[in-house]
Amino acid sequence: MHGIAFDVAHLLAGSLVLISFMMLYQDRLYALLNVFALHALVLALSVAWQAFTQHAPHLYVTAAIALIFKAIIIPVALHRIIQKLGIHRDIETVVGIGLTMLVGIGLVALSMALMLRVTSAADPLAREDLTFALSVVLLGLLIMITRRNAVSQVVGFMSLENGLVLAATGAKGMPLVVEFSVAFSILIAFIVIGVFLFRIRERFDTVDDRALDDFRGERR
Amino acid sequence: MSPFTFDAVTAVLLIPIVAAAILAILPGYRVTARLNILASLLTLLSALSLLVADRPSPGQYLLIDDLNIVFIVLNSVVAFTTSIFSASYIAHELETGRLTPTYLRFYHAMYQIMMFGMNLAFVSNNIGLMWVAVELATLTTVLMVGIYRTHEALEAAWKYFILGSVGIAFALFGTILVYMAARPVVGEGQDAMVWTLLIQRAAAFDPALLNVAFVFLLLGYGTKVGLAPLHAWLPDAHAEGPTPISAVLSGLLLNVALYAVLRFKILLAASPQAIAPGPLMVTMGLVSLIFAAFMLYRRRDIKRMFAYSSIEHMGIIVFAFGMGGPLANFAGLLHMVMHSLTKSAIFFAVGHIAQVKGTQKIADIRGLTESHPGLGWGLVIGVIAISGLPPLGIFMSEFLVVSSTFARQPLLAIPLVFGLLVAFGALLLRLGGLAFGPPHGSDAPAQASYLPMYAHLALVLIAGIYLPPELVAWFQHVAQLLG
Repeated sequence: MHGIAFDVAHLLAGSLVLISFMMLYQDRLYALLNVFALHALVLALSVAWQAFTQHAPHLYVTAAIALIFKAIIIPVALHRIIQKLGIHRDIETVVGIGLTMLVGIGLVALSMALMLRVTSAADPLAREDLTFALSVVLLGLLIMITRRNAVSQVVGFMSLENGLVLAATGAKGMPLVVEFSVAFSILIAFIVIGVFLFRIRERFDTVDDRALDDFRGERR
Repeated sequence: MSPFTFDAVTAVLLIPIVAAAILAILPGYRVTARLNILASLLTLLSALSLLVADRPSPGQYLLIDDLNIVFIVLNSVVAFTTSIFSASYIAHELETGRLTPTYLRFYHAMYQIMMFGMNLAFVSNNIGLMWVAVELATLTTVLMVGIYRTHEALEAAWKYFILGSVGIAFALFGTILVYMAARPVVGEGQDAMVWTLLIQRAAAFDPALLNVAFVFLLLGYGTKVGLAPLHAWLPDAHAEGPTPISAVLSGLLLNVALYAVLRFKILLAASPQAIAPGPLMVTMGLVSLIFAAFMLYRRRDIKRMFAYSSIEHMGIIVFAFGMGGPLANFAGLLHMVMHSLTKSAIFFAVGHIAQVKGTQKIADIRGLTESHPGLGWGLVIGVIAISGLPPLGIFMSEFLVVSSTFARQPLLAIPLVFGLLVAFGALLLRLGGLAFGPPHGSDAPAQASYLPMYAHLALVLIAGIYLPPELVAWFQHVAQLLG
């Protein structure tokens, strides 16, 4: 795979990493949701491009799921949930944004150092895709760890999952990719419904560990 | 072959699914609880018939071999006894109003879907399908942990869910990497995910990719095994969900994840250039064991305490499989079976105890052998078994783990024995207060079903005294397979 096909795939996968970074510094929930919608849109384009260059029509289904479900339905639903439950629109972060960004850069460097080294035998497209995918996965993990609100943790998980879809489509001819993305969509739908039904406003962690002991029935 | 011939593999999968559909519709808890027992019994019978039936040759999706039969049979035995316990436990929960009939329908349906997920994970020959099955089983347990909808239960379910999802994600990434490693050798498409085909060609796979894949798989599935430092969900999930689910989590779900790790360990062992998976597993096992052993001392909640004990025992089992070799693998298998039986028996006792006393706090539960001799002595025997005292089965398996370690790596045996002793002390210390002395709290008679608990304990006792030679031969054979 050379020339334009490789370049476009590279560009799209690289943009995904960039958008993951954009999510790291959002401090408003609505803005975070908009950036996530963009993330899902770029993923849909990337998957569709893979479907086109690999001549794998079933991947268009995955692309369509990413576009319709993750770029449109979920952000809209989360918007409405935030309104209905009256969730704080500010995102509480555990550590400062500057430090988070630095850790994020470290994680991307780590995934490059790791994946480019071990995949030297694989074809270049798959190598780059896996490297970018691992970066997106790790950045998603970072979002989940550094945020306190349930909604932003869900967004972190969804961006992590976008990274997995990128990896799965980059692995040429991988079976069950469509099934994986459907399974993940169901999972995400469950979470979003769960957030709504149980009115999970904030993450349960508090800095006050007396309260935590109380939750666990272990207060002395 | 006519379509009506009895196919045990299909039955093990089909019975839970059909039962789940029926249980979701039927009202009335007496009927559904019995139906749940019946479905579990039928699954158990089908699973037992796997022992004698001809094995189908491995297909694209399903596989039956000596290794997974052990897991399937153990799974269905504990699932069956837990369904009996669950029937009497649930009746009490309905009386006190902690569960409504609607939620009960949901509970029973989820119970069967979880069985389906676990059995599917065991029989799947496709690493992608296995991942989907483990995810399904996890998701159902998340829902069941949160079923009481209290603040604590939701916190536990959310934590379980988030950590479980991260585990799921890592496991999938590892699965994709295995596919990437297999693709140049096995060829594109479905074949590169079929375990039996992978294992034949594993020697030619790119070792560097396999190494990274195994690290991700160990972290991913290891989260579900409850290995430290990825265990944080486990105590909460055990403490806040219904007790039958705690029994199933400890006794079964941890084994499912362990099974997945073992499958990939075999795959890695078949590739000579890849790193040996043993040291990684030994390290994680030892860390879990020692960490959990110390945590046992600080527990105030009885279900939480036994949840930490599960982390400890999974640590021992992963340690044993990490050591490898026929003897340590044998000990690991035996320990896994014994732990599943004993720990679920303990949770059966604890569930009823928490119901009659109306609390899970250790400080408020005293003198059980006097106020509730049936439950109290059951708990005493269970804790003696789980802390590894002779003549019960866990003593034997722990003894085998320790002695095989001494024979090969004496230095590793020191932290192992240290961890075992620390845990032993903690459990017996707590047992004294729980079981003996003047009774404290309610002494209302317990509406308990003693049969499942004592049946498990009897099996553990028998195994400690006499193991049938057929079983020994079978386990030895499986231990060889595990390499």
